Amino acid sequence: MAAMSDPMVPVIYRVEKFQKETGDTFTMELSPAEKKSVFRFKPGQFNMLYVYGVGEVPISISGDPTHPNGITHTTRAVGSVTDAMNKLKPGMAIGVRGPFGVPWPVEEAYGDDVIFVAGGIGLAPLRPALYQVLSQREKFGKVILLYGTRTPEDILYKKELENWRKRFDLEVFVTVDRATGDWRGNVGVVTRMIPRSPFDPHNATAFVCGPEAMMRFTALALMDRGMPMENICLSMERNMKCGIGLCGHCQMGVPFICKDGPVFRLPRVRHILEER
Amino acid sequence: MASQPNVSLKSVSKEKAPVIIDRANFDALLQALKKRGYQLVGPTIHNNAIVYDTLESAADLPVGYTDRQEKGAYRLEKRSDKACFGYVMGPQSWKKYLFPNRLKLWEAQRNNGSFSITPTEPQTPRYAFIGVRPCELTAIDVLDRVLLQGSYVDPHYQARRKGIFILAVNCTEPGSTCFCASMDTGPQASKGFDLALTEVLEKKRHYFLAESGSKLGEEILREIPCQPAAEAEIDSAAKALEKAARSMGRTLDTAGIKELIADNFDNPFWDRVAKRCLSCANCTMVCPTCFCTTVEDTTELAGDKAARVRRWDSCFTLEFTYIHGGSVRQTVMSRYRQWMSHKLGRWYDQFGISGCVGCGRCITWCPVGIDITEEARALRESKKRSELK
Amino acid sequence: MEDLKKILSEHPFFRDLAPEYLEAIVGCASNARFNTNEYLFKEGQPAEKFFLIRHGLVAIETYIPGQAPLTIQTVEEGNVMGWSWLFPPHRWHFDARALELTRAIVMDGKCIRDKSEKDKVLGYELMVRFARVLQERLESTRLQLVDVYKSPKYATIFNR
Repeated sequence: MAAMSDPMVPVIYRVEKFQKETGDTFTMELSPAEKKSVFRFKPGQFNMLYVYGVGEVPISISGDPTHPNGITHTTRAVGSVTDAMNKLKPGMAIGVRGPFGVPWPVEEAYGDDVIFVAGGIGLAPLRPALYQVLSQREKFGKVILLYGTRTPEDILYKKELENWRKRFDLEVFVTVDRATGDWRGNVGVVTRMIPRSPFDPHNATAFVCGPEAMMRFTALALMDRGMPMENICLSMERNMKCGIGLCGHCQMGVPFICKDGPVFRLPRVRHILEER
Repeated sequence: MASQPNVSLKSVSKEKAPVIIDRANFDALLQALKKRGYQLVGPTIHNNAIVYDTLESAADLPVGYTDRQEKGAYRLEKRSDKACFGYVMGPQSWKKYLFPNRLKLWEAQRNNGSFSITPTEPQTPRYAFIGVRPCELTAIDVLDRVLLQGSYVDPHYQARRKGIFILAVNCTEPGSTCFCASMDTGPQASKGFDLALTEVLEKKRHYFLAESGSKLGEEILREIPCQPAAEAEIDSAAKALEKAARSMGRTLDTAGIKELIADNFDNPFWDRVAKRCLSCANCTMVCPTCFCTTVEDTTELAGDKAARVRRWDSCFTLEFTYIHGGSVRQTVMSRYRQWMSHKLGRWYDQFGISGCVGCGRCITWCPVGIDITEEARALRESKKRSELK
Repeated sequence: MEDLKKILSEHPFFRDLAPEYLEAIVGCASNARFNTNEYLFKEGQPAEKFFLIRHGLVAIETYIPGQAPLTIQTVEEGNVMGWSWLFPPHRWHFDARALELTRAIVMDGKCIRDKSEKDKVLGYELMVRFARVLQERLESTRLQLVDVYKSPKYATIFNR
């Protein structure tokens, strides 16, 4: 077996660009250190990123799948590995294994209204799906993005959100959980926007990503609107050591989050959300 | 005690022409394997327990010893005879050779702001496993399904698996914590071996009935002194195995067990067993099918070299499900429930087979004597009680 | 008057209200318009009305000395705002400030209370609608309390 095909061995990439997004999040663009291979992935997939000597964590890919050009990751510094990642600078090396996991079922939503519900850093794993939907805009009904964060300072991709807002074929609603001062937008949890969102619940697919509690309440709000569970897709997060279904850490009941997910239709993971 | 499970023994096939190896010639079999370049590993006595270690000859086997096992108890005892495989089984399984508890996956070398990675070349040691119990054969099959037959393959397991010669030894004296008959994995090996032996001790004779399960096994048999088995000898071995099947120390009713587990996730039963569980992870360490691992990323003091080591992990640890902020399975209850419901339930959906092979190790090596067969029964009964209400 | 009735009947809060009840309450309604930063009401003032927001965005705020006003929630088009008029002593507990040009129907609280006293079925109908809004706001506030996006780094004490 060729060494590089071992899925447990990282491939070396370089940090091409490093950009701070908010107080604790950052976006890195990576390119292969050696041969200029094209990295292809599907929206919703993730990579295992290794920081030299520190460790490895699963991070979803947040770049544009329709323009494969390096790898983009938006990450929140919440632990030792992501803290170390936050200190990387352009030119520095990072290990990449991937892409892994089951993508958002974008093609299966053709003809539907598509409603993206993102919470906090959850916009990052959704962005590739939004790119794909916008690149084939004519294949979908209404396209709506509902995005909630903690405070206005935590809003990701601000410039891009502004551009999306200007489009006539995409409705963007942003809300924050708490705000002071000059924030003139919505304040309130993201689920509050669901009852009033202009989509046809019987002919729509929802792509939901955020903290698990937020996804649970979002799913409830979508079901309250009459959306069938089957049309609600979530991206789950669990401890992962391998990313390929071998280490056992991410299994929750029957599914392994890494290889059977991270994107699931709600009926498949409902037991996980209900597990106490 | 629940009724004995239906036991259907596979009769020793006559087409494969079983042969008799006399005890006196048994070492010739081991030496033939050695001559072919195999390193013999098998049962031997160490620190008052049966362990699997390197064997030089049949003299290293635990001849004349047995091991008494009960909930939370294991004791080595002298036998009245000179049986070579007259023990039940020790704490270790063959997993330690196929899936080492620590394995360096790769090393990294830092240079000029970058680093390079050198993977550990998968090794194919030529081990001859001597004395693999039928339940352990199934355990190897289970590991094969997990590590070789999914969407990704563990190259290290794959390489190690290739080099193995399996000499199975059927169980004629199951231990008190054994329930392979319930799990349909023993006491007789039906597949997955190169050679399978049944040890027979009669008043004046001590011999092995041998059956080959591979070309290699056949070849080995041709190289050593043995003679075709007589009808009476075959019968004698079959009787011993039938008796073994009837004398299992434990039983576990597997009827509808997957559904039983799935439907009783919120049963207060789990809290009761969790009160006794220490979450020590012993059961997962001795289990021949537990495959969970974690990785350790280390650096040398100077920082120019780093490495990743894979090691066995256990779903009983709090860190196992840690995601930023906390662990998903915070309570002992949720961790015990995960382990047992995975072993006896979800495993079927994931890998098409039970995760439990009935070896009984988790019963013997649980420091507080939690018995998976008792717990499965208690769950079933607690469900019945709740249905009566 | 006919215009107001039409607006009332089209507002989600009064959706499917029986025509006779619409007829009954339209007399309590009047139009209002608030410029950016104009207060709809302030904490402590008598609460004698509620608002059906037709257009715009209103912040429910509280004031902490030395800090910018803290927004608890915003109320947008199609929503209803204010229930302190329902119960004595009829005082506002928060500030409400228009974040942009906001148009609303103002409902006279005393007028509605009187009509509800006279016709308990109308009173029940309205109370159910308000209870629904209250439940939504409470749930939403609870979710805010959960603070789902907080950094785990600062959350360990409260997590366990």
